[in-house]
Amino acid sequence: MPASEFQATQTSWMSRNKLAITPWIFLIPALIFFAIYVVIPVFQSITLSFYQWNGLYDVNGNSTAVWVGLENYTKLWTDPKFWISLKNNVLWLFLFLLAVPLGLFIALFLNQTVMGMRFYKSMFFFPFVISQVVVGLIFGWFYNPDFGVVGSIWKFMFCEETTNILGNVTFKCSSPPPDILSSAKFATYGIIAAGLWPQVAYCMILYLTGLNNVAADQIEAGRLDGAKGWKMLWYVVLPQLKPATFIAVVVTVIGALRSFDMIAIMTQGGPYGSTNVLSYYMFETAISEYGERYGYGSAIATVLFAIMLVFISYFLWRMYQDERGAR
Amino acid sequence: MIRHTKSLLAGVAAAAIMATGALAGDLRINFDDLNPTPKKGFDEMIEMFKAENPDINVIVNINDREAHKTAIRNFLTADAPDITSWYPGNRMAPFVDAGLFEPVDDVWAANGFNEDLAAIKPTMTRDGKIWGVPYSYYQWGVYYRKDIFDLLKIEEPTTWAELMASCKVMNDNGVKPFTIGTKYLWTAAGVFDYINLRTNGYDVHNDLTAGKIKYTDDRIKQTFMNWKQMIDECGFVDNHASMSWQDAIAPFANGDAAMYVMGNFSVGGYKDAGLTNDQIDYFQFPEITPGMPRAEEAPADAFFIPANAKNKEDAKKFLAFVGRADVQTKLNATIGQLPVNSKSTVSDDKFIQEGFATVSTAAGLAQFYDRDAPAAMAKAGMEGFQRFMIDPSALDEILAELDRVQGEVYK
Repeated sequence: MPASEFQATQTSWMSRNKLAITPWIFLIPALIFFAIYVVIPVFQSITLSFYQWNGLYDVNGNSTAVWVGLENYTKLWTDPKFWISLKNNVLWLFLFLLAVPLGLFIALFLNQTVMGMRFYKSMFFFPFVISQVVVGLIFGWFYNPDFGVVGSIWKFMFCEETTNILGNVTFKCSSPPPDILSSAKFATYGIIAAGLWPQVAYCMILYLTGLNNVAADQIEAGRLDGAKGWKMLWYVVLPQLKPATFIAVVVTVIGALRSFDMIAIMTQGGPYGSTNVLSYYMFETAISEYGERYGYGSAIATVLFAIMLVFISYFLWRMYQDERGAR
Repeated sequence: MIRHTKSLLAGVAAAAIMATGALAGDLRINFDDLNPTPKKGFDEMIEMFKAENPDINVIVNINDREAHKTAIRNFLTADAPDITSWYPGNRMAPFVDAGLFEPVDDVWAANGFNEDLAAIKPTMTRDGKIWGVPYSYYQWGVYYRKDIFDLLKIEEPTTWAELMASCKVMNDNGVKPFTIGTKYLWTAAGVFDYINLRTNGYDVHNDLTAGKIKYTDDRIKQTFMNWKQMIDECGFVDNHASMSWQDAIAPFANGDAAMYVMGNFSVGGYKDAGLTNDQIDYFQFPEITPGMPRAEEAPADAFFIPANAKNKEDAKKFLAFVGRADVQTKLNATIGQLPVNSKSTVSDDKFIQEGFATVSTAAGLAQFYDRDAPAAMAKAGMEGFQRFMIDPSALDEILAELDRVQGEVYK
């Protein structure tokens, strides 16, 4: 034994703390990038929200920002467009969560062994694979009152083809076709419906993988005990899908809060700002052509960050609890 | 892998040298239109300048419009060219205020621009100094289907009452009087500007965009009342909020709508849609308040010298060249717009002829709502206009909101 004891005291500090140090070495690259691209900008953005700045530097390269304290935030409080955006964010949050049950039912429906099932599955998964921009464009055309599907069906039902004064073909409608994306009332719902399409596919895939791991013996046992239909789903299958449900909810909530691309593609926040959400309104005030108010945009970003923080902290806390429970 | 990295580094270094290593005789020009016709006009002009100044090595960098709008915010500070294209009016204000543009009063004085470019001088001026030289502008007005007007025996209206009467004839015959696409908002601002200019005149337009008049002012309310009359008695195409200005050409080309309040750049669009010069024509936006001096919209494009330019001497030579009557004549003949220099001549295209007659006799030239008003105000204003066009009954709410934004923007 003395020999080995001698050995232990001789080894370097590095090798003695190997287990504690190694993870950090592996983490360093990720941490550096995370700091540069996420953590530092977050604090920069919060700092900027106390300034008024049009994004310009003077000839000598000094920023032209002016300290205004909390003024950007008090402005937000009286800005109706901010409240519209916040209201739309809440709408997105609740309606987007429909993707979770919808995804579950499609997954249950697809979770059977029929000829060509893989093909159907991939068809249902398809919208998630194509870019959000493409989804936005497709739905934009779909809703178009002149040449879209909605417009064509409307024309078929309520319009008659006539010729106009010059003898060209035109349509006379008993009422004009619905212009979903240009109506302050319906545009947001139209965009959310477009957003749901890929999101449902995503939730479906999460549940499909979850269903693979559902224990067959428990289903069997449940069946012997007389459970079937809704009861089987609610008491036997769903509890086993809890991890999948958790991830689906997390991904959907975050997806709803950062909804941006659909809005940018389909309405640019219009008509007259009625489909803005916080992220798009931030973009519009800070970076777009008629924006250039970086301080105000940063204040909006900070509010959005605070809202997200509530959800993210909750999710992290839940994950932490689960891990502790699992140990 | 290492070799690749090395050559990549060498490439980056070379690019850096090219970007910053401009020599004394170099003149770097950033231009912002990649569309074939404007680019051709610009290239011809550069060739002409080179021929006259063989000792100056001109380096041209042409970017697309939208990219230029973003890039200029960086390159004015970081890596300024000697000349850049930009817009007058409020669009140049942030750069002037940050000290990023060079005043060019001396160029104007030395070349007689104070007389030859007099009409545009107020919009090129800020804080008592002149900041650039305009090279081109274009008229706005009402473009209409001459064949429909002939068919319905309507004359070009010159007063508001005549316009309303013509609209009635069109509506009775199943023709929508006006087409418009307000998806990108600014088209509605054109209509607003014209009704406001005709109702209240040039000074009220300037005071409004300068934040000196409230939107709830009775005069501005009167503008909206006239607009409401135009919506009620004339009417615009359905679904205009989902159309771009190009989309709105479709009903115009098909003969469903007969008039379009637009800028002259749209003529190309009509012709692309299959219309010929015999089918389309132009009239000035009709008079509303009798005797009100006629002001017009004529957005101008100009060249500026960044304060950080390295070769200001040659840059000023270029500005003097750009403002010259013969240069503007040639350039605008190619790009199909109007020369700003009053000694220039125009091509015999009928729209250019009419536009020149309209603009050169105007009592005042407005730059367009979104160039005369600061960006944040312009955005809120144009959204208000779009909302008004969809729902005129929301007027009081819209005006109150615009007053609130105005209170924040102008301080």
